[in-house]
Amino acid sequence: MQCDNCHERPAAIHLTQIVDNSVTTAHLCEQCASDKGINTNASVAKLPLAGFLGVTGKGVAAALPAGAEAEPCEFCGATLQDFRETGRLGCAHCYGHFEPQLRELLRRIHGSFHHVGKLYLDAEAIVADDVPKLLTELRDRLKRSIEAENFELAAELRDRIRALE
Amino acid sequence: MTIDLSLLPDGGMSWLDASGPDSDIVLSTRVRLARNLQGRAFPVRASSDNLVETRDEILDLTRESGVLHPVTMFRLDELDLLERQVLHERHMISRELAGLERARPVRQGAALLTNGELAVMVNEEDHLRLQSLRSGFDLDRAYGQLERLDSEMGRRLSFAFHPEFGYLTACPTNAGTGLRASVLIHLPGLVLTKEIAKVLQGLSQVGLTFRGLYGEGSEVVGNFFQLSNQTTLGKSEEDLLDHLATMVRQVVEYEQRARAVLQREAPAVIADKVWRAYGLLRYARSLSFEEAMNLLSGVRLGVGLNLIRDVSVYTLNKLLIFTQPAHIAEREGRALSDPELPISRATYVRRLLEEDAARRGPTDGTP
Repeated sequence: MQCDNCHERPAAIHLTQIVDNSVTTAHLCEQCASDKGINTNASVAKLPLAGFLGVTGKGVAAALPAGAEAEPCEFCGATLQDFRETGRLGCAHCYGHFEPQLRELLRRIHGSFHHVGKLYLDAEAIVADDVPKLLTELRDRLKRSIEAENFELAAELRDRIRALE
Repeated sequence: MTIDLSLLPDGGMSWLDASGPDSDIVLSTRVRLARNLQGRAFPVRASSDNLVETRDEILDLTRESGVLHPVTMFRLDELDLLERQVLHERHMISRELAGLERARPVRQGAALLTNGELAVMVNEEDHLRLQSLRSGFDLDRAYGQLERLDSEMGRRLSFAFHPEFGYLTACPTNAGTGLRASVLIHLPGLVLTKEIAKVLQGLSQVGLTFRGLYGEGSEVVGNFFQLSNQTTLGKSEEDLLDHLATMVRQVVEYEQRARAVLQREAPAVIADKVWRAYGLLRYARSLSFEEAMNLLSGVRLGVGLNLIRDVSVYTLNKLLIFTQPAHIAEREGRALSDPELPISRATYVRRLLEEDAARRGPTDGTP
């Protein structure tokens, strides 16, 4: 079958559209399809999984490693099955309790499981053993907050850097 | 209990004034942070006592500390359906908090605290959803304000935070920064030039996502799109915002280019289209919500292209909100259905457009 558009190359994409209740099917070659803005090598691997899971809702749990099982969370009693059904965890302790499963899930959703953003104040005590790294991060954020003219944030960051130095 | 939104500046919708940057294309900018309290199950799993405790704790905090001053609180579990719908239609609360999701009635202890500019939803999917909503394209200021609120509340509360995973949230898609930034953008030029699919696809390839007017799961109507970051972990807040800002700036530029192409290549077609939209809105006697939205999009394009001068962007923004079913019901003092509802909507649209035209002086339709 030849491409409906250029009538030269063989049709590789078969696009069915429903417009105003009538169905049309177009047979296009890859070249013409991409000219029309129809992407043919759709969202391959490069994208975090959230893209085609629809980001939220129950779909999230589909990113759990296959066959993952664990005891219920000791704090809230939530199970991995609950998470599969609702897409939501029961409490903050679930993150520690289901850590092996969630680590992989977070990586699949976000492409990373390492938070590099704002640190909660108590958290500074937690990561205090890694002061050089924290300082680098804070200095980096300070620079960017000044560039963004967010001076109040900059002042706060500067104080935190001084306290650590 | 009835709510009195008139207590809030602009009824909680100061963004309607279209005073922000690029507000002819970007209607509003929203940033939210998801936060949870330590030692308490997330709202979905919490007991009623727990939920009420959370609400009271947050309320006490705002009273004592002066954050969110002057605060107005809405206890959603004490409001009737119509009142909750009105708040939802104003984009002040999510469907979930309003108890509008199927099989998920309004949660006990569900509340909204707001000072008009900043707001906190209590007992939504997470214990706290801090949000900032501003007119136009204004990510830096929206986040700047929100960051201060977050720090102030964080000093007085114990947030659930993991040294590696960051802020912990009920849904792992929000973990890390807990930050979702979105802009509500009007893209009729890209839709008319059929470039929109390409643009949206490009956005999804760089980690952004789009939704309809009402956020998650809602359909695109009236050429309005909400563009937002998709991931929340592994990048700093500044990086997430920078990235979104860069992309939105590009989309705004594409939209401007598309509008220029339309005006250059098909000025008569465009002029006809926008004036038809105006004519229908100005004289129709019955309008469905969807039809009204699509026509408003046409008029907004006409205003953006300087073809129509009888209408202000403020009026167009106001029409977006006040033509929705719950707002019409509130105005009429009772819930309406077909055929009264579309008739009441058309009457309201006509009145606002007439007032605007009278104020701004008549134009003959020629630029």
